[in-house]
This record gives sequence, C-alpha cells and structure tokens, in this order.
Amino acid sequence: MITIRIKPKFWDHQDAASGPFRALFNFRRIWKQAAFLTAGVTLMPLVFMAIIDYNVTQKAIESEILLRTSRLVSNTRRTLSFFLDERKFALNFIVHDNSFENLKNADRLSAILENLNKSLGGVSDLGVIDSTGTQINYVGPHALIGANYSTQAWYREVRERNLYISDVFLGLRKTPHFVIAVKHTLPDDSFFILRASLDMDRFRELLSDLELDGKGDAFIINHEGILQMPSRYRTEVLEKIPLSVPEFSPHTRVYQGSDAKGNAIVIGYAYITDTPFILVVTKQKDELLKPWFKTRYQLFWFLAVSIVIILIVVIGVSTYLVNNIFMADQKRVMTLHQVEYANKLASIGRLAAGVAHEINNPLAIINEKAGLIKDIFTFRKDYAPDSKLNGLVDSIISSVERCGTITKRLLNFARHIEVKVQKISLKSIIGDVLGFLGKEAEFKSITISVDFPDDIPDFESDRGKLQQIFLNLVNNAFAAMTDGGKLEIKISRHGDDAVSISISDDGCGISDSDMKRIFEPFFTTKSRTGGTGLGLSITYGLVQEIGGDIQVQSTVGRGTRFTIILPLTYGKKQGEGYARIAG
Amino acid sequence: MRVLLVDDEEQLVSTLAERLAFRGIAASWVTSSMAALELVEKETFDLAILDVKIPKISGLELKKRIQTLHPEMKFIFMTGHGSEDDFKIGAAEAGKDFYLVKPVKIESLLEKMNEVMQQGDDK
Repeated sequence: MITIRIKPKFWDHQDAASGPFRALFNFRRIWKQAAFLTAGVTLMPLVFMAIIDYNVTQKAIESEILLRTSRLVSNTRRTLSFFLDERKFALNFIVHDNSFENLKNADRLSAILENLNKSLGGVSDLGVIDSTGTQINYVGPHALIGANYSTQAWYREVRERNLYISDVFLGLRKTPHFVIAVKHTLPDDSFFILRASLDMDRFRELLSDLELDGKGDAFIINHEGILQMPSRYRTEVLEKIPLSVPEFSPHTRVYQGSDAKGNAIVIGYAYITDTPFILVVTKQKDELLKPWFKTRYQLFWFLAVSIVIILIVVIGVSTYLVNNIFMADQKRVMTLHQVEYANKLASIGRLAAGVAHEINNPLAIINEKAGLIKDIFTFRKDYAPDSKLNGLVDSIISSVERCGTITKRLLNFARHIEVKVQKISLKSIIGDVLGFLGKEAEFKSITISVDFPDDIPDFESDRGKLQQIFLNLVNNAFAAMTDGGKLEIKISRHGDDAVSISISDDGCGISDSDMKRIFEPFFTTKSRTGGTGLGLSITYGLVQEIGGDIQVQSTVGRGTRFTIILPLTYGKKQGEGYARIAG
Repeated sequence: MRVLLVDDEEQLVSTLAERLAFRGIAASWVTSSMAALELVEKETFDLAILDVKIPKISGLELKKRIQTLHPEMKFIFMTGHGSEDDFKIGAAEAGKDFYLVKPVKIESLLEKMNEVMQQGDDK
C-alpha cells in the first residue's frame, strides 16, 4: 500500500502515442539512469575517501603504537644498561682502588660490601677469586671460601673478556639472583676476579615501575628464552616462556605476533649489550587499538548515514525532476491534442457554417414561395381558400421555420469555436448543446432535466470551450446510459464567485481503478466502439484553461456525476497538472 | 411606401416583392448592386431591403453609395449567414438599421419595416 502511495506517476506510464520513439519516453528508465548515475558519481568519491581515510588512519595508529612501544623499549633498555653499568663500574673501581692484598682481607672486603650496599644496594655477597679459580676471600651469607670455579663456564668467560654478567639462577641460596664478575690483571700478569651476587629486587623494580598501556607487560628473558624474573602477567620464573626468542639485533625492534592464545600482540625487544638479557615488552593489540575501534565505528556510522542521506536525496531529486519532465511531456501531449482537436472542430465549424449559409438562402426562397401561395389564397378571391392546401402551406412554412432554427443553432455553435473570452449565458450554452443532442435523447428515450435557478448571472468565459466541455460530458453520459436513462443537469451558485454545474446520469458508472485514469490522455474503455480516449482528457484540459475545476463521483451500476466549478471571473489556472485523481 | 429589394437570389426577391404587393407595398427588385445603383438614380425609394452578401458590392457598401444619393432612405439588411450573435454584431454595424436573418417571416419583416420607417430621419 505504501509502495503504491509513493510510486511516482510516471512509473507505470506507457506512452501509447510515442511510436518508434517510445524509448525516449520511458520515464522509468530515465529515472533509473538519473538515479544510478547521480548516486554513483556522488557515492564513489565518498566511499573512496572513506576507504583511504580508513587505511591511512589505521596505518597511522598502528605505526604510532609500534613507535611508542619502540621508544619504551629503548628507554627501558637504557635504564637497565645503566643499572648494570653502574654496578660493573663500581666493581671495576673497587679492583683498581684496592690492592689484591687488601681484597684478600676479609674485613676490608666486608667493609666494601657494606659500602656497596649503602651506595647501590642489592649486593648480597662479594668474592675474590685468584687466577687458579679458587675463591680466596668471600663475604656473604654462605661459606664459599676455597670453592674452585676454574672449570665453570663463567670463570672461563671472565678470564677471556674481563667481564661477566650471568643470567638469573637460584644458586645455593635458592632465590633468583645474578652475578657480575670483573677481572683485574696484576703487574706480574697474574690476575684476580671480583665477583658480586646481586638481588633481583632492584632490577625488578625498574620494570615494574613502567607505565604500560594496552595490558602491556615488560620482562627479561635470556638468550634461551628463560624468564629471568616475574613480571606483571608472568610468574613462571626460570621457565621458558611460550614466545619464541627474537632474533638478535643491536637495535631495538618491534614486530607484531601472537601470544599463546592466538591474540594479536605487539612485541618490542632489545638485547642488552654484554649481558645475556633480552628486554621484552608485549602489548595486546586489541587493547591498543581500542581508540581506533571507536573512531572506526564512528567512521562507519558516518559513512552509512551519509550514504543513506545521499541516496534519499538522489532518489528524491531524480523522482522530482523526472516527474516534472513527465508532467511537462503530458502537458505537451495534451496541448498537441487540444490543438489538433480545436483545429478539427474549427474545420467542422467552418463546414457547418458554410452549409448552413447555403441552406438558408434556398430555405428563404421556399419560405417566400410558400408564403406567396398562402398570400394568393388569402388575397385573391379567384383562388377559393382550401383548408387542406392552407394546412399544407402552413406545414411547409413551419418546416422552413424549423430548418431555420436548426441552421441558426448550427451557425451559432460553429461560430463560437474560435471565439475567445466574452460575456456568456450558461443557460443559452446548455440550451444549444441539448438542442443538438435532443434528437439522440429522444431516440434513446433519455429524460433530460435541467435545474437552472434564476440567481445565476451571465459571466465572462470562453463560450466555445464551454460548449465543447458540455458536449463531451453529455455525450459521455448518453454513451453510459441504456434506453430510458435519466440525465440531470443542475446549476447552482458555488460561493460568491463561482458556479457549479453537475451533470449526472444513471448509467453504468466507472470502476475505482478506471476512475484514477479517466482524465489521462488515450485512456478509454470504448476502444472497440471507436473511443479515442481523448474526450475526458481534453475536457479536463479545457476546464483548466478557463480556470475551472472538474470532479467526478461514480458508483458502478448506479451512475456518474461530473461537477464543474467555474469562476465568475475569467482567469487561467497556473501550474496545474494534466490529470487529477477523481474525488 | 416604395421599397427596393436587392438580393442575388432572384427567386427570393421576386416572390418577396409579390408578397409585399399583396399588402399594398410597391416593391421593385434587382439582383445586383450595380442594377440597384442604376435604379436609385432613376427612381426614388423610401426603404431598401438589402442582402448583406451581394456579389461584387456588399450590402453595407451599397447602402453607403445609395445614401450619398438619397440620404433620407431607410435600410433593412437580411443575411443567410446568421446566428443570434451575428444579429447583434450586424445590428451594431448597421447602426439604426435592422438586421434580419433568413428565412424571414413576412410578419416580422412588415413589423421591422414599420419600425424603421417610424425612426427619425437623422442618418
């Protein structure tokens, strides 16, 4: 039902008169072309821009995430390196500042440990190992003097590289810690090693203080992927983490991967130089992209709403414009047919006037001759009045008079076809029309009643057009009625400045579906009997032209009533459509 | 009263002249404007009944020419091309003359003749 209401008039229109150029008048196709083309041209840049914006924004946000992560990893690596360097330099300072002999002294070493803890903290023991790998002095919680490390890997490394930083291990204390050892070569080319065990607490604080967004985590693994200390989300210390060990790089690197659960994560890492440690920062990508998701959601809605608005506007404008073209075309068709119809009527009028004129002269002769016969009977005594002959002459004279009336009416009618606005008598026009159709009414036994009240004034209008209007409507009524029908013509005032003329018949009536189309050009239900479908459309056009209005009410099987409202002041209506729904 | 009848239909004017004669009105008739002009030069008429459409010189033109010779003459026009509106327009053009549409009843014609003759001689 809604579809029917919003369906434009041109949608189901088929121009019966367009012939081989029918495609040009396919308004549905014109509408489709206009709508699709406009929608395409309008939507394409919008969608294109939206896609570009989407990709650029997403890339920018992802790039920003990677950059931020990279910066965080770099800064943290610097902090960790500084932390380790601080301790390394402290040990180096100690071996340079103290002689080997001093360091062999347990009290001295104990004092150094105390000072170290005061200044740096987190040093749990100190040991001095000679070149044979034997720990010759030790201060700390364990009794490790005399222990020999010569076979251990770390000892070999520190001998070769002068420095060793271990990864985290439990050791004898059964608590995670790591070791820094520095080698000091003596003047006699022998050497000793100062070795310090460091707690993890200070080291861990450096990472736990980090502000990490996106459910981020920062932790340290060694080159085998063993977690070195607990982090925000990882507690499996000294166990292998489920992430693969990132490949070595001297610089900070960031890449995207996935965690054990398959969630996308951003991984940033940095190898800490001269240590077995790798700093790793992971962030949940979904969490990081949350602001982007919000923007994307808004972008999507903006796009969707824009598309809907554009489509509504495009469809609305296309419909409006094509409808206007359709209306203009219909107006053009109507005008062409009216011109054609008016020309036809004018030709008929001229023919009728010529015929009437030619007949009037012989009629006048018959009239005079018959009159003369009557005069002879009347004035000359030698022609005795013969009642029968008198009757015959009277009959001829009355027939001539009747013919005269017909020719006068014919002339009167034809003459007004081209006459424009003038003062008219509605009664006289209706009388003329009925005069023409009177015989047909008699033939079909149609009773015609005219109710013409006295208060209807003469007014200015186009007599010729009114004649055509009434002739068409009365003719239609006759066609709708069977023998013995009844035609009522009722004239009344319609407000102060108009008159109403209703022409009602008790004929077959018009169905609801036909009612909507009766004023359309070429619509006919009488095509088999020669109907052109132009009568009512032309009637409608004529009524519009003289500034009037026409309405129709009908019930199938009961009859039809056409009501015409005519203004008492002549004036054309502007901007009227060619057809209106009957009411 | 002497009447001049001018119409290109001889049957019409001759019969009409005869009918007027029955009523004591002397009527001469001609079937062309030239004949009418020749006749009015010789004879005097009180009234002329003219067809509007006479070949060569129309009824209205003929009236003007006759009036130059006989300004006192009265005129009645008849036409076969007549409707009610023609009558009004024709009557307006003919001034105070009368304008009748064929076929004309003799009674109507006589009535109009009397009326036109009673009009003041102010043309």
